[in-house]
Amino acid sequence: MERNANLTGELKMKRTNELIVALAVMAVIIVITWGVFAVGENMPRGVTQYSQDVYQLHNIILGIVSVIGILVFTAMFTAIVLHRRSKGYQAARFSHSTKAEIIWTAIPVLILVVMAVPATRVLVDMENTGGAEMNIKITGYQWLWKYEYIEDDVSFFSALDRDSNRARQLGSGINPRDVENYLLEVDNRLIVPTNTRIRFLLTADDVIHSWWVPELGWKRDAIPGMINEAWTLIEEEGVFRGQCAELCGADHGFMPIVVEAVSPEAFRAWVSEQRQELADAAHDSARLWTREELMDRGHNVYQAQCASCHQGDGTGLEPAFPALVRDGVPTGDLETHMYTVLNGREGTAMAGFRDRLRPEDIAAALTYARNAWSDGAGEVVQPSRVDGSDRG
Amino acid sequence: MYLVFSLAMFLVGGAMALVIRAELFAPGLQLVNPEFFNQMTTMHALVMIFGAVMPAFVGLANWMVPMMIGAPDMALPRMNNWSFWILPFAFTLLLATLFMPSGAPASGWTLYPPLSLQGGNSLAFVILAIHLMGISSIMGAINIIATILNMRAPGMTLLRMPLFVWTWLITAFLLIAVMPVLAGAVTMLLTDRFFGTSFFNAAGGGDPVLYQHIFWFFGHPEVYIMILPAFGIVSEIIPTFSRKPLFGYTSMVYATASIAFLSFIVWAHHMFTVGMPLGAMLFFMYATMVIAVPTGIKIFNWIATMWRGSMSFETPMLFALGFVVLFTIGGLSGVMLAIVPANFQYHDTYFVVAHFHYVLVTGAVFAIMAGVYYWLPKWTGYMYDEKLGKFHFWWSTVWVNVLFFPQHYLGLAGMPRRIPDYAVQFTEFNMISSVGGFMFGFGQLLFAYIIWKCVRGGEKATAQVWDGARGLEWTVPSPAPLHTFDTPPLVDDNVAVHRDQLT
Amino acid sequence: MGQSSYFVPATAKWPIVGTVGMFIMMIGAANWLNAGPTGPWLFVVGAAIVIAMIFGWFADVIRESRANLYNSAVDASFRQGMIWFIFSEVMFFAAFFGALFYARIFAVPWLGGEGTGAMTNELLWPGFEAAWPTHGPAELGGDFQTIPGFGLPLINTLILLTSGVTLTIAHWALKKEQRGPLVFWMIVTILLACLFLSIQSYEYVHAYRDLGLTLGSGIYGSTFFMLTGFHGLHVIIGTLMLIVITIRCMMGHFSKKNHFGWEAAAWYWHFVDVVWLGLFIFVYVV
Ligand code: HEA
Ligand code: HEA
Ligand code: HEC
Ligand code: CUA
Ligand SMILES: [Cu+2]
Repeated sequence: MERNANLTGELKMKRTNELIVALAVMAVIIVITWGVFAVGENMPRGVTQYSQDVYQLHNIILGIVSVIGILVFTAMFTAIVLHRRSKGYQAARFSHSTKAEIIWTAIPVLILVVMAVPATRVLVDMENTGGAEMNIKITGYQWLWKYEYIEDDVSFFSALDRDSNRARQLGSGINPRDVENYLLEVDNRLIVPTNTRIRFLLTADDVIHSWWVPELGWKRDAIPGMINEAWTLIEEEGVFRGQCAELCGADHGFMPIVVEAVSPEAFRAWVSEQRQELADAAHDSARLWTREELMDRGHNVYQAQCASCHQGDGTGLEPAFPALVRDGVPTGDLETHMYTVLNGREGTAMAGFRDRLRPEDIAAALTYARNAWSDGAGEVVQPSRVDGSDRG
Repeated sequence: MYLVFSLAMFLVGGAMALVIRAELFAPGLQLVNPEFFNQMTTMHALVMIFGAVMPAFVGLANWMVPMMIGAPDMALPRMNNWSFWILPFAFTLLLATLFMPSGAPASGWTLYPPLSLQGGNSLAFVILAIHLMGISSIMGAINIIATILNMRAPGMTLLRMPLFVWTWLITAFLLIAVMPVLAGAVTMLLTDRFFGTSFFNAAGGGDPVLYQHIFWFFGHPEVYIMILPAFGIVSEIIPTFSRKPLFGYTSMVYATASIAFLSFIVWAHHMFTVGMPLGAMLFFMYATMVIAVPTGIKIFNWIATMWRGSMSFETPMLFALGFVVLFTIGGLSGVMLAIVPANFQYHDTYFVVAHFHYVLVTGAVFAIMAGVYYWLPKWTGYMYDEKLGKFHFWWSTVWVNVLFFPQHYLGLAGMPRRIPDYAVQFTEFNMISSVGGFMFGFGQLLFAYIIWKCVRGGEKATAQVWDGARGLEWTVPSPAPLHTFDTPPLVDDNVAVHRDQLT
Repeated sequence: MGQSSYFVPATAKWPIVGTVGMFIMMIGAANWLNAGPTGPWLFVVGAAIVIAMIFGWFADVIRESRANLYNSAVDASFRQGMIWFIFSEVMFFAAFFGALFYARIFAVPWLGGEGTGAMTNELLWPGFEAAWPTHGPAELGGDFQTIPGFGLPLINTLILLTSGVTLTIAHWALKKEQRGPLVFWMIVTILLACLFLSIQSYEYVHAYRDLGLTLGSGIYGSTFFMLTGFHGLHVIIGTLMLIVITIRCMMGHFSKKNHFGWEAAAWYWHFVDVVWLGLFIFVYVV
């Protein structure tokens, strides 16, 4: 044996080896048991029948694979501990056994069947989207959500709330721990009734997003040009938080979802309130606005819709997102400016806002962008100019 | 050459991973803006997969396959040369995008449209770089198949081939089958972006999801391309250090082939949330779960090989054992991911990130390291530093678990992947993970040092190197001469690695 | 597998030359796409280097083959190489065919409201009816007409099939070592190939000028031009191969036993043929 010289060295290493292996075995077992318990705490049980099913399913499969893991590792470490050369163990010579091989093909198959049965049941349940009592259409935008209550004709946008948004800027100096529900709060929550079978119709306007609230037990992609369906029936009142779960560009991490489940009565009351507000707003686009009103509203619209790309102070994030305080934008031709905002720029992240915002919002945003920073053109843009009604 | 290139890329890709982990150390944005973060994620994955892991396996094949089957060199050596040289240039092209005004691609390594179409000028460069890599991989694969099928020494029947050769034969087939599909997918991206086609645009009658189907038809076999050769390496090492023939050689071959076959019919398990019809989801769920069976056969065969062996624990063996344990953990979380209703929760969270780093880092990368330690004496003629090697193993194993295990919890608790900033309740586990990342990363500099040291000199290695090793590569002197077998050796059952199998 | 030794060629410069060429070509292409001024030039320079490389490389191989340096094992390796190369091309086409089938079987019907697409149609694309051909619910690219399958495309199919036959006749001649008929039938094959390409270009011009059918015509235009265009590119490559091979035939490079170069080109040509059949059926007819 050429390796005789090494053998003495190896004997010395023997004891350290054993120690290390023992430590490793312990570590693996601790990690696995810790996993089983810690995760039980970790994954939300959720507030719908479906989410509880998923939670249970999760526990079952986690349990099964943990047991498999433990068995496999035990067998392996037994071999490692017993059948080692440093103990003088002589190698056996067998190299196959059809019986053993059949056994360890058949048993995994059985285990898999055991896992597949409940999985199939839960899935079939989830995919049945019929019998809805109300429909909500959800549209993903870069980077906010739009909710439309189809039956009630109510709709609004929902974006990251102002506090989180300020704190999350690079080098903001604000400690995220001081912000309540950092990154998990929005300006307008999705209000839904409890104990109602709600069907969601998901789509997107620009790129793919994914709507996910862990407490409801599922996520589903929002795909531009296509509609996906999913449903829920929430059993408890409460506020449930989630996030966009499909990479959708720079601010993918900053488009949270907040669902507030309230009693059906409270929900009806909320709906009538919304409708009243909408009715009040309806003739807004027809009237003439003052400069202050526009600037005020413009500030809000700008911060909610535009600041994620062009930044709050209009300096943009070059090179991806151009500054708006550049020469020739605020002071430039209003028609071009308006055209860009209404129709967007093909092939870039700049989307058209014609269908997203009301004319008075766009007018306000334009007024704001043309006046707020330094030497604006000083123009006031009226809603009628935006929707073209001033031209006849 | 391949191996040096791949080590360099591993360090580059690793450095990007460290940028990611550094930003994720604490909530809030401290270092990079979100756009750059996404570029890092994307480039990290592309560099690691196409720059580090795949070339490393190809490199091992180029070096070892001819030696193992008793051939002087690869069948088509010039083409081999060409497929290597393409790589540095392809990666120049890819990495150059980092310095372009519009920045590198930021849509994830999957390049899903429409997001990937929003990027600036870099998209064209990335796509063409992928084309180059594809050409390189296909040529490499053709070469390996031709070598294995035509250049075996007399008596080296297919069922006498070492398992590493078998796994590579099957991997090469996968490569030739799916790299062109990736090329097709990105070509359609290119025309959608620059020539006004609407493959992935619903307004024109296309569908963004179509891209995902084509991509994952490539993507899933791709992940097995990164693991089958690893299985092969481990199947060489474990018998050597157990001093016992590989258990169930033939079933290993069949298991490898079934994994390869199944890999073509499971792709949509990456897209359970896109809204597929129920029947399709069920089909893909069942098909995916079935893969656990052949993979399990492999794991059990390895354990049976160790069982009643006479084991010793040199560095290659340690990495191989680490592989078996940690890969199994990754595989088991894979099975969990395959359960559709649960996948609705897990998908696109850090649970997935944990899964694939267990199979990729502690799977593919550990196996590569095992292979490098195993054959390093054969290449250089010197023994590497065993003490340092063992230290490298234990250091890596401990920290890699600190790095990736907590990510399971993050995922289950609801942290999505591909985000540069997170809600404060995820802080602790992220910190642990980041610490693990840095410690693991620095340990890899040690790996580079060990190799360098071994190349420079050290204890002379014998031809046999490991007393339990079998196979033709151990019959030639270390370091192996340039053209190994100018006159082919005669192979009979005694030389074959698993001779006992055949009697 | 009874080879006693295997030919190991001297290291050559061509691989690295080829790589540099491809690199320049790709940079050129990317710049071109982004409307960079240097793009086209770089592309042409790169392409020229690649072409030079191919000629140089093959010249070496041919020289070695003529000098009888190769044995049966090298020959087998070349065969393997060609077979798998063609297989990879098949998979490349499979991606585009896959896109076509997916669009026709799933995407368009969903947009039109079938199956799971009911709400998609109702809310997003009201009034859109699934049909094929289509340019999608947004009617991208404006009105267009398709090219009827049983006109020129049918003739083209026949031309291509005939070229397969003439190639086989050439093969018989080769096996009998009759150089005259061999060269004759090769030239006939090449002429048929050129005819096919001319008709195809005429069709493209016709589609763009008269029918309004462009790459931008929604999914129909996309798949139509992608598939036929890619096929056309392969016909061009195949034709170039045939031309080179014919010249070699004239120079008497091939013998009854040793004509792998010829066979490789022929295999490629048959592959191009078969792809066209699939194309004709699924793009033009069905
Ligand atoms: C080397 C790479 C590799 C390997 C080998 C695997 C192996 C497997 N993977 Fe993984 N996977 C990836 C790399 C890999 N994966 C990557 C990179 C992604 C993410 C891509 C992205 O989105 O960016 C991914 C994502 C991914 C998903 C999608 C998650 C999502 O995005 O929602 C799924 C879902 O099914 C999955 C499943 C599996 C399964 C079932 C296996 C199986 O092959 C595992 C089989 C092994 C075992 C099961 C262990 C051993 C077996 C036994 C001990 C027998 C007994 C066991 C049982 C009876 C259960 N993987
Ligand atoms: C084989 C593939 C492979 C490998 C080896 C790795 C290795 C690592 N990966 Fe990677 N990873 C992927 C493949 C891989 N990854 C893929 C496919 C994705 C998905 C991307 C996507 O979403 O699109 C991903 C995503 C991903 C994420 C999620 C990002 C996100 O979702 O936003 C994270 C986060 O922690 C991460 C971390 C790491 C770490 C810490 C390592 C460590 O193992 C790295 C070890 C570190 C080193 C080896 C560094 C050594 C170098 C130094 C110490 C520095 C000195 C060097 C110089 C100065 C040059 N990876
Ligand atoms: C998703 C990110 C995003 C959002 C949100 C966004 N923009 Fe933009 N915007 C862009 C990008 C990217 C461009 C650059 C387009 C180009 O390259 O031509 C742009 C360009 C512009 C321009 C043209 C600038 C120039 O240099 O000509 C104007 C004006 C503009 N945006 C206004 C707005 C307004 C007003 C809003 C809010 C109502 C808004 N944008 C919201 C991404 C965005
Ligand atoms: Cu929207 Cu991510
Ligand atoms: Cu997969």
